[in-house]
Amino acid sequence: MGANQAETPVKTVTVKVDGCTVEVPRTTPNWLGKQEPTTVLQACKHAGIEIPHYCYHPKLPVAGNCRMCLVHVGMPGRPGPDGKSPMNEDGSPKIFPMQLPYEPQTPRGVIGCATDIIPGMEIYASSPETRAMREAVLESLLINHPLDCPICDQAGECKLQEYSVDHGLAESRFAEVKVHKPKAVDLGPRITLDAERCVLCTRCIRFTADVASDDALGIVNRGNYSAIATYPGKAFDNNYTLNTVDICPVGALTSDDFRFQMRVWFLKETKSLCTGCGTGCNTVIGSRENRMYRYEPRQNDAVNSCWMCDAGRLDYKWIGRDDRLAKVRGPKGDTAWPSVLKAISNHLTKAGVGSVAIVASARQSNEELYLLNKLAKHFKAPTDSVPRDGEADQLLVARDRNPNITGARLTGITTKRVGSKLAAIAKGIASGKIKTLIVYGEDVTQHGIGVKLLGKLKTLIVSDILPSATTKNANYLLPGCAHAEKRGTFTNVKGRVQKFSKALEPPGDAIAEWEVLHELVHNVAGLDEFDSIEGLFNQMAFEVKAFKGAGLKWDSLGDKGADVKL
Amino acid sequence: MSFGVPKKLEREINRLVKNYPEKRSAALMVLHALQEEFGHISLEAEQWAAARLNLQPINIHELVTFYPMLREHDPGKTVVRVCRTLSCALAGSARLHRHICQRLGLEADAPGLQRTKDGRFGVEYAECLASCGTGPVMMCNDDFYENISNDGADEILEKYDE
Repeated sequence: MGANQAETPVKTVTVKVDGCTVEVPRTTPNWLGKQEPTTVLQACKHAGIEIPHYCYHPKLPVAGNCRMCLVHVGMPGRPGPDGKSPMNEDGSPKIFPMQLPYEPQTPRGVIGCATDIIPGMEIYASSPETRAMREAVLESLLINHPLDCPICDQAGECKLQEYSVDHGLAESRFAEVKVHKPKAVDLGPRITLDAERCVLCTRCIRFTADVASDDALGIVNRGNYSAIATYPGKAFDNNYTLNTVDICPVGALTSDDFRFQMRVWFLKETKSLCTGCGTGCNTVIGSRENRMYRYEPRQNDAVNSCWMCDAGRLDYKWIGRDDRLAKVRGPKGDTAWPSVLKAISNHLTKAGVGSVAIVASARQSNEELYLLNKLAKHFKAPTDSVPRDGEADQLLVARDRNPNITGARLTGITTKRVGSKLAAIAKGIASGKIKTLIVYGEDVTQHGIGVKLLGKLKTLIVSDILPSATTKNANYLLPGCAHAEKRGTFTNVKGRVQKFSKALEPPGDAIAEWEVLHELVHNVAGLDEFDSIEGLFNQMAFEVKAFKGAGLKWDSLGDKGADVKL
Repeated sequence: MSFGVPKKLEREINRLVKNYPEKRSAALMVLHALQEEFGHISLEAEQWAAARLNLQPINIHELVTFYPMLREHDPGKTVVRVCRTLSCALAGSARLHRHICQRLGLEADAPGLQRTKDGRFGVEYAECLASCGTGPVMMCNDDFYENISNDGADEILEKYDE
């Protein structure tokens, strides 16, 4: 005991992967982030070699049931009675490749996902023995697989396909009749199961039980007839079900929303953010020919791990709606950007201090809110935003359903009590003090500034994406962009500033709000020159206290964002 | 849930659950006790067991569908189980099984347990019943019979047909 305590802890372990000596960390974070002994699979990953696997997932408990990660390994010999380990003639430790005890000529594999490494271990990740094991496992997994890749949604991003190319047999030796299992099973309102395609890796079961805390799935029946199922009569309907579609390594679980919509290899992938709530889950937009087909979560351990909620994931249809605002409108009907920008600039230049108010949405980006606040400061205009509260849950969903309420606060558009100044603005309009109202992305008629009150204004300038009672009454209507159609940043409820990128072209005349605001602020209040979102962000990061404190730069945000102090 | 168990069974199940450090470990014993009482484990019984063991119903459903001797449906008042493992197969278990099925009006070639419409009999094959020297053998509920001829089978079935 005493001797052990005196030992300094071993930080790294030296193993051989495919003959190359590599030093790997002794421990690696498990699915909960807790340090655990590094496994063979993880050691190979450190060495840059991918061990094929189905059931292993870095963010789920290890199950070790698919056997795909079988690898042949060699172990240093155990010390003999003299306390000395067996040595080669040249003095190096003797390594014993593992073999079946009752059949020494047959190599024995270990599952990479659940076997801890030991010092001196040799991992034969690409040896003929290992390849033969993978071949056998794949052959077994494909015995009852329907091989319906041409009509399978997973085709193109399917691990069965990928590993079959890498490790599979060219020809099937299976001459018997395949077992048929349930197909097109309605597992829940958003998920369809094809039990024949399933390899029973249980990722979905572990996800829903251990991550989503809804122990709703299980394997029923046995042997060839085993299938994923819910309890009879119960729907798999928690708010995180669609994550099981992402982690399903094959085409067994498919999303009803995406099913048969598009071949995945045609999809352009763009890094984006979910706008469903203040958490700001990192996402990838899949689009083709200017139409968005799906959201997928993008791993960011500081925000959403590998997950996102179903509500957020399906909250994108509005982007492609037919009634999107696509025409610039002035007081005399449809017009063009140059004339409308000139008219608004002229109008605002003449507007007196205190005669303007601004209502901005916490769905706008940091940059847009920053520019709006700059405009507001010029007129000493009251500004506010609109609260959007819901119920938080235990995993990802935030109470605040605005994607950028923190950004609205930090840039000065709103205060801790979001929406508290709306009444004062309404009063100002009623009394005739406020003559010009600028509204960005909200329908103020729903928030205490009714159509009647809007009629009292001299000028109503509205920028939005979809039509509303407010846009109908606008003197100047500026069609804007969804987040998927522009670039920018949001700040989530915990103060993480994150980028989103442009996946789609906006409809008609619509252009990104920050470009319009850039022009207006420049004409009305004067603004340093920049001609890109990067320049705008860096200028904002220099002027907004919280952003400056964190030393933010567009480039340093990267794909995963950076934290600011709240 | 209207499903309830008799007081005596409840006491028995309480005793079983206490035998294990974790409640869920008692799942199989509890299911056996329920099947003993009701003849099969209905969905209501699964839900009752799950609630009793602090589990989700799917956890119990997995067990019930996995083990062939846990029955999801009523197998019939008398369950006839004909051994079909090697010794009995050589001694004529297929002949015996077919004879019984024909007598009861059941499909001999259909897979799984076959139950008469009136619910009095269920017939299925079983694996080795551990009396290889006296095949063909079968069980009727918990009673064991060996060296069964067709006539012998008729006699036995009559005994249970009252």
